[in-house]
Amino acid sequence: MPEHSQQLTLNDVSFEVGGKPLVHRVNLSLSSNGATAIMGFNGAGKSLLLKLMHGIVQPSAGTVLWGGQTSTAEHKLAQAMVFQKPVLLRRSVKANMDFVLKQRRRPDTTLRQHLLEQVDLLPKLRQPARLLSGGEQQRLALARALACKPAVLFLDEATASLDPASTAIIERIVAKEAQNGTKVIFITHDAAQAARLAQDIVFMDAGKVAEYSNANTFFTQPTSAAAQAYLSGQLYVEHNDVGRSEIKPSDIGQNQITHSAPMDTLGEN
Amino acid sequence: MQESAIGLAFGLILRGDANLLEIMGLSLRVSLSAVCLSLVLGLSAGAALATTEFRGRALATIAVNALMSMPPVVVGLLVYLALSRSGPLGWLGLLYTPTAMIIAQTILITPLIAALSRQVIEDLYIEYKDQFLSLQLSTAQQIKALLWDARYSLLTVALAGLGRSLSEVGAVIIVGGNIEHLTRVMTTAIALETSKGDLGLALALGILLLGLALLVNAILSGLNLTAKRQAYA
Amino acid sequence: MYRNLKVNSAWFALGLLLLSSGLQADKNHLLVQSTTSTANSGLYDYLIPLFEDSNNIKVNVVAVGTGQAIRNARNCDADVLLVHAKLAEEQFVDDGFGLERFNLMYNDFVVVGPKNDPAKISETNTLIDMMKNIVDAKALFASRGDNSGTHKKEIALWKHAQIDVQSNSRQWYRSTGSGMGATINTAIGLGAYTLTDRASWISFKNKQDYIVLYEDDPLLFNQYGVILVNPAKCPSVNAKAGQQFIDWLLSAETQQIIAQFTVNNTQLFYPNAQ
Repeated sequence: MPEHSQQLTLNDVSFEVGGKPLVHRVNLSLSSNGATAIMGFNGAGKSLLLKLMHGIVQPSAGTVLWGGQTSTAEHKLAQAMVFQKPVLLRRSVKANMDFVLKQRRRPDTTLRQHLLEQVDLLPKLRQPARLLSGGEQQRLALARALACKPAVLFLDEATASLDPASTAIIERIVAKEAQNGTKVIFITHDAAQAARLAQDIVFMDAGKVAEYSNANTFFTQPTSAAAQAYLSGQLYVEHNDVGRSEIKPSDIGQNQITHSAPMDTLGEN
Repeated sequence: MQESAIGLAFGLILRGDANLLEIMGLSLRVSLSAVCLSLVLGLSAGAALATTEFRGRALATIAVNALMSMPPVVVGLLVYLALSRSGPLGWLGLLYTPTAMIIAQTILITPLIAALSRQVIEDLYIEYKDQFLSLQLSTAQQIKALLWDARYSLLTVALAGLGRSLSEVGAVIIVGGNIEHLTRVMTTAIALETSKGDLGLALALGILLLGLALLVNAILSGLNLTAKRQAYA
Repeated sequence: MYRNLKVNSAWFALGLLLLSSGLQADKNHLLVQSTTSTANSGLYDYLIPLFEDSNNIKVNVVAVGTGQAIRNARNCDADVLLVHAKLAEEQFVDDGFGLERFNLMYNDFVVVGPKNDPAKISETNTLIDMMKNIVDAKALFASRGDNSGTHKKEIALWKHAQIDVQSNSRQWYRSTGSGMGATINTAIGLGAYTLTDRASWISFKNKQDYIVLYEDDPLLFNQYGVILVNPAKCPSVNAKAGQQFIDWLLSAETQQIIAQFTVNNTQLFYPNAQ
């Protein structure tokens, strides 16, 4: 997978259900490496945006481009996603890994053993995946995602309900992947985690990108009122919830500006 | 009468009554064949309904669900009209053969398998869908994975089909004709003995049919499977 | 994964195998559509092996009511028809579905009812009196109601007595719409009288307190006939074997064998093929 295809651009991407915009005219251009965190209040459209990026949900309008191209099957095969609630097959740990390896025509025992060792699941090789603990299940989901050898790795609140040990294992692996050139895009509510892992932060509010900035800038000088409220632990009541209320024509256009990562700050962390 | 029926049932089994073994064997052969064919057809239909989006899908689902309550006699009648010498498929010479009974029961059971498996597969599909999309699985790969992962629930579906098939009399008596040594099965034999007023023998045959169903169920969902099922369901 | 597909294919192959086992040549098979009384009384179990052994022809009997047997034969789903409703049989031949009708044997109908006989029909001497007693006592009567030979006979008897049963169907006249055995079972459950052929009654095993209350009336004569289905109308008919079977049934020797058939030491059928 050429490096440029890790470079994601969203052009005016919207997603509507029954006329209600859940993601509204998002313009975004992410750096092609490192880790990007998506943050925002519940219901802001973060998970949906992640799925739109991954191409498992098609936008109602706008385009998602990888390396300047519309996403192809080849692009998608080079991407993997870990969901908030791990989706594991009703099979053994081994079979869950082999399922993906076989599907990718990569029946690689060494890779499987290596990945399971990384997530500390090798001793549970033959156990039914769905009898593992929550942390173990999510670690298996991550190992399985890595078995796709992804150029882009999505994580949707992958550590949201895990114990510190499992969170640490997952963070360690994600950080290493990002270091080794995998583009990581993850959703989190954990500001400390975002600060530890991400170079840049996309902050979403009410289906729109409220802010996209370098992580240091975001945590020290958030510009949007929503992000300020979020970071100070307050509910943000002023925002216009596009999921529930009508959009006034005056609202549209505010997000027309393309958010671009401040290039000079990339790679600092 | 009940005690004598149970005694009679054991007597028949212990004697290894040839006629009895013959009709029990035919019952099993017809029902298992019908269930196997129904699984091929019904699981395909169920999986298609569960995983694909098309116009009229909701309507098709309702139709399949409604077909579960199709009266066996009506199925028997339709198959009779088709297979009768004066019917469109009369040239096959299948009326009053075990094959005709298998066809009728397949038509009877396929909607049951399709409707129940659709529900089972759809529940699983809702859970797996995003992951499948993420992994870029083809439709065939998705259906294979769903069928395999739902195998224990689908076994119960198959057993429901087998139950309906083994206990059904209305369809097989019309298309089979209850011919001795050819198309007589447990249920038609029970109907015959009842009509002869031999209620004790009819009841004994009923007990044996229940025993047969119990045996098949026990074999198909043995203890080993039950243990695994808890781990993987 | 692929194993699953293989298992499915294996099942399918198994199914086809079982299907193909059903297909069979029928040169040596004979399909008889028959009334139930001859089958349920055990006559065929006694008679047919003798024919099968000496002729190397397998006889398959579908035992249903006479009405349904004739309907099935009209659909060409029979080689030979053996029933007991002379008028309907003659109609069948006249319509070209049968070649020729032969008398095979006879017995008689009887009216059975509970031993206490609420309508006192056992004390009557004529059919009309008997039926009037049932009407007057408003005693329950269970009818086959299935267009069978026995049902046709029963309708003819009510007509003979000039009694309109249809208008009484909600009161004392109960149409079961089922076979002889089921109707006797229902009659016993209801405490109703019913008409049955003697063969079915004698071989019936759930009589409880029921006995024959009216019999030996010439009007209760029950003739069985046998007909070869017309191969010109139904090309699938195995006419050679069918004719062979009918000739055998009508032969003096077989007629003698029919006369020797008994249940509970009672002769059930009286041959009259001449």
